[in-house]
Amino acid sequence: MKKTFNLVGKPVIRQDGYSKVTGKARFADDINYPDQLFGVMVRLPIAHARIKKIDFSEIENHPSVITICTAGDISGSNISGIIKQDQPVFCDQKIVTPGDVVAMLVGEDEELLRQLAGKVKYEIEPLPALTDPRKALDSDAVLIHPESKSNLIVHYPLRKGDIERGFSQSDHIVEQTYTTQLIEHGYIEPETVIAIPLAADRSVKIIGSIQNPFTARRIVAQALDLPLTRVRVEQAELGGSFGGKDDTMDILSARAAVAALKTGRPVKIRYRREESVLESYKRHPYILHYKVGFSREGKIKAMKIDILADGGAYASMSPFVTWRSVAQATGPYEVENVCTDVRAVYTNNPYTGAMRGFGSPQPIFAQESIMDEIANQLGKTPDEIRWINCLHSGSITATGQKLEKHDVNLIKVLDTAVQKTNFSRQWQACKDKNKSILPFIQKTHASQADKSLLLESEDLVAPDLLLRKGIGLALSYRGCSLGAEGIDAAAAYLSVQPDGSLYLVSGLAENGQGMRTTFSIIAAETLGLSVEDIHYLELDTGIVPDSGPTVASRSTLMGGGAVKIAAEIVRDRLQKFLCDFWKLNKQDVLCFEKNKVFSESDPQKTLRFSEVCQLAYRKGVCLAAIGWYPGPKVDWDESVGQGAAYFTYVYGCQVAEVTVNLGTGEVYVDRVVAVHDPGKVINLLGAQGQVYGGVTQGAGYGLWEEISSADGFIRELNFDQIFIPTSKDVGEIVPVFVEGDDQHGPWGAKSLGEPTLELTAAAIANAVRNAVGVRFFNLPLNLEEIVLKRKLKPGGLKRGSAV
Amino acid sequence: MTIELNFTINEKKITLKTEPNRRLLDILRQELNLTGTKEGCAIGECGACTVVMNGKAVNSCLVLAPQINGAEILTVEGLEKDQRLHFLQENFLKHGAVQCGFCTPGMLMSAYALLSKNPNPTEAEVKEAIAGNLCRCTGYKQIIDAILETEGDIK
Repeated sequence: MKKTFNLVGKPVIRQDGYSKVTGKARFADDINYPDQLFGVMVRLPIAHARIKKIDFSEIENHPSVITICTAGDISGSNISGIIKQDQPVFCDQKIVTPGDVVAMLVGEDEELLRQLAGKVKYEIEPLPALTDPRKALDSDAVLIHPESKSNLIVHYPLRKGDIERGFSQSDHIVEQTYTTQLIEHGYIEPETVIAIPLAADRSVKIIGSIQNPFTARRIVAQALDLPLTRVRVEQAELGGSFGGKDDTMDILSARAAVAALKTGRPVKIRYRREESVLESYKRHPYILHYKVGFSREGKIKAMKIDILADGGAYASMSPFVTWRSVAQATGPYEVENVCTDVRAVYTNNPYTGAMRGFGSPQPIFAQESIMDEIANQLGKTPDEIRWINCLHSGSITATGQKLEKHDVNLIKVLDTAVQKTNFSRQWQACKDKNKSILPFIQKTHASQADKSLLLESEDLVAPDLLLRKGIGLALSYRGCSLGAEGIDAAAAYLSVQPDGSLYLVSGLAENGQGMRTTFSIIAAETLGLSVEDIHYLELDTGIVPDSGPTVASRSTLMGGGAVKIAAEIVRDRLQKFLCDFWKLNKQDVLCFEKNKVFSESDPQKTLRFSEVCQLAYRKGVCLAAIGWYPGPKVDWDESVGQGAAYFTYVYGCQVAEVTVNLGTGEVYVDRVVAVHDPGKVINLLGAQGQVYGGVTQGAGYGLWEEISSADGFIRELNFDQIFIPTSKDVGEIVPVFVEGDDQHGPWGAKSLGEPTLELTAAAIANAVRNAVGVRFFNLPLNLEEIVLKRKLKPGGLKRGSAV
Repeated sequence: MTIELNFTINEKKITLKTEPNRRLLDILRQELNLTGTKEGCAIGECGACTVVMNGKAVNSCLVLAPQINGAEILTVEGLEKDQRLHFLQENFLKHGAVQCGFCTPGMLMSAYALLSKNPNPTEAEVKEAIAGNLCRCTGYKQIIDAILETEGDIK
């Protein structure tokens, strides 16, 4: 075990930084081919209908329309889907949501094609639009995908212990329903892809803003009925994804590829913001019903959880998203008796899939709200109630898994967060102040759930009397990587050149998170080099093994593990070569440090790394290696939701301090202290960036962001109505890392990206509760939710205020 | 119909003929191949297309061709000089102010416009100056730190 690091854990400037601050980085829409065509989508303005006829007669002979691609042009499978095959590349039977595409016009003049797209005629048989997920499983509900026989996408039951006995042993029972909203990823770069036909080898090359190039390759190959090797996907610089540039990009890649092969010319598709929001998938809205039994001492005895997720029109990642929810729905607490049911259903709403957090922000909001309600009911503080119940080393999780063989740092992150914020005292102080609430406010608020916070008093109130401070915390554990969701392994290719510089690439994707730099640090640390010696190559499915998707905060753990293995393979070869060269014993340890290699026992024996590589190269030593990091075994019994769901976990606790304006309903986040155990921090600068970014996204989720729809049509199609946080919206964020040991990952490095986001909305909601003495059950806690306890939405698709 | 435009971009005088309904963003990206300036929303909300025009940060998606006649425009490509990064760029790197990098060019230009006028801004002034530049990755903190460190004469 290495005790001191040269690079790991220090702030390292990102490798792609130079190209990004100079405007030289090439994002997909910055790439153009001289003879390229554009593809423009044709959609029908309806959420649910049977297609009878699409009539292109008015435009098909237009000189600007080079070709029109439809389902008939798909030589392979028109139906795609990463898990469940239910999403057409081009719809030819039914429209199931307004984002659906029936055809693509291809030509040179993109602007003109957009105008022509509106002239396509059609005959349809409208079907009733199912927009309420609670009605999706009714016997008379219209079926979105009749071939599925039901609108149920997936149902995961989890049964542990005896739920009835658990409730009968409880002194108190609390039963509450929470809801969370649909939200948009909000990557600033809209989707773009270019397909280039390679006539010489009858294949196609795809370059795009693609989160998971290997998945895109599979979907394209399937649509074109080509072997995987004849579809080569290259990732352009990616302008943000957060889980969002997967399914949509896979299908866009397939459409572009079909058109490129049909026309023999490169075809580019680039979405405008409105089109991006309309067609791309979103984060699942959840309806969460929790019934929790607990003793008068505060020990949880039983948890019955019912969760309904709106999957929208296509299954997409719903089966995996909701699987994480079922595994983690109790939160990080020891509960003997658990009965959880998570269902995802089809509706005609925009479809939902992967988004940073992936099935955890929703249950965390509910479960952490309820923990505070229990604390309030028993006269305990929020940290006390968590202390009584939280998981520790050796605990059994809701899925029956024993937490072992790693530092179970849940209590440690909780304690650290509590100490750093003087939590209990602050919380009690705000609560007491809340008791001495001004009489005119008391008149309207009390803490009655059905009362709004709106001031009905006609008394004049000084504005600062309306400002209330509150503090709240949220705690979570998170299974690392894919768990029992899927195949879990990753590869890295490392090739040292004779001058000691080296190429590195892994099968995972740089989505902006800083993965290239993290991987370069890992390789540099292992070989005793500096990050500048490493040239990270562009990801191309032709040069590195399929490493699964870049999701689940698994890059550092899985891909980083693969990089370390690749670097160790090369280092071991060089060590062996040098032992022979220097005539040392095989047991002699060589040190690779500061671009030098030297013998520990004989410091005279020192060579520069570049000299070693030159010598080894001349002697025919292979200086390239592929590292392969297979995830440890996990197991899962789907019928009862029991098993070792994930091979390891990370832990986090966030404390939010807020100011609530009782007059306007504004919640301002003054400070968030985010304490996370990511295992080992590799790049401090990158890790802090993950926390700042994740917390800010979490605050947006908690307070402002919502995509609403009317009859399946999205109202908020651009950033004038989608309120993602700006530089002025969130106060101080304080990242704190509590590093834990683990046998997995490079030096124990695990996950951070998603944990940083999943806690914030819940912590804010608890802080608001502390500030105003009222529990809010429905995200986001926007102005009208705070003041009126309901959401105001325009009728239909009209812009403007409430009707 | 085309019009002739004379303007300066990154200290280079340009004359070109274009349609009057072209946006500055299109002229930069499509006619001058200055693709550092990005399009994110096309309605002036995200700030990815921000450039400095006559000393002010503007959304180039909202500037029509005739408006740039005679103007002096600076884009992200004009910050680096003689292969040396501008202090602002260096500080963005040093503070980790870049993640996916899509908002970065616009963010840099808003910061540049601020610092040109106000070399020692307060944190509140920095936040205000970049409030029209959306960033979904960084949470802004490291961007604000980078701008605050770039005080003094930025030219």
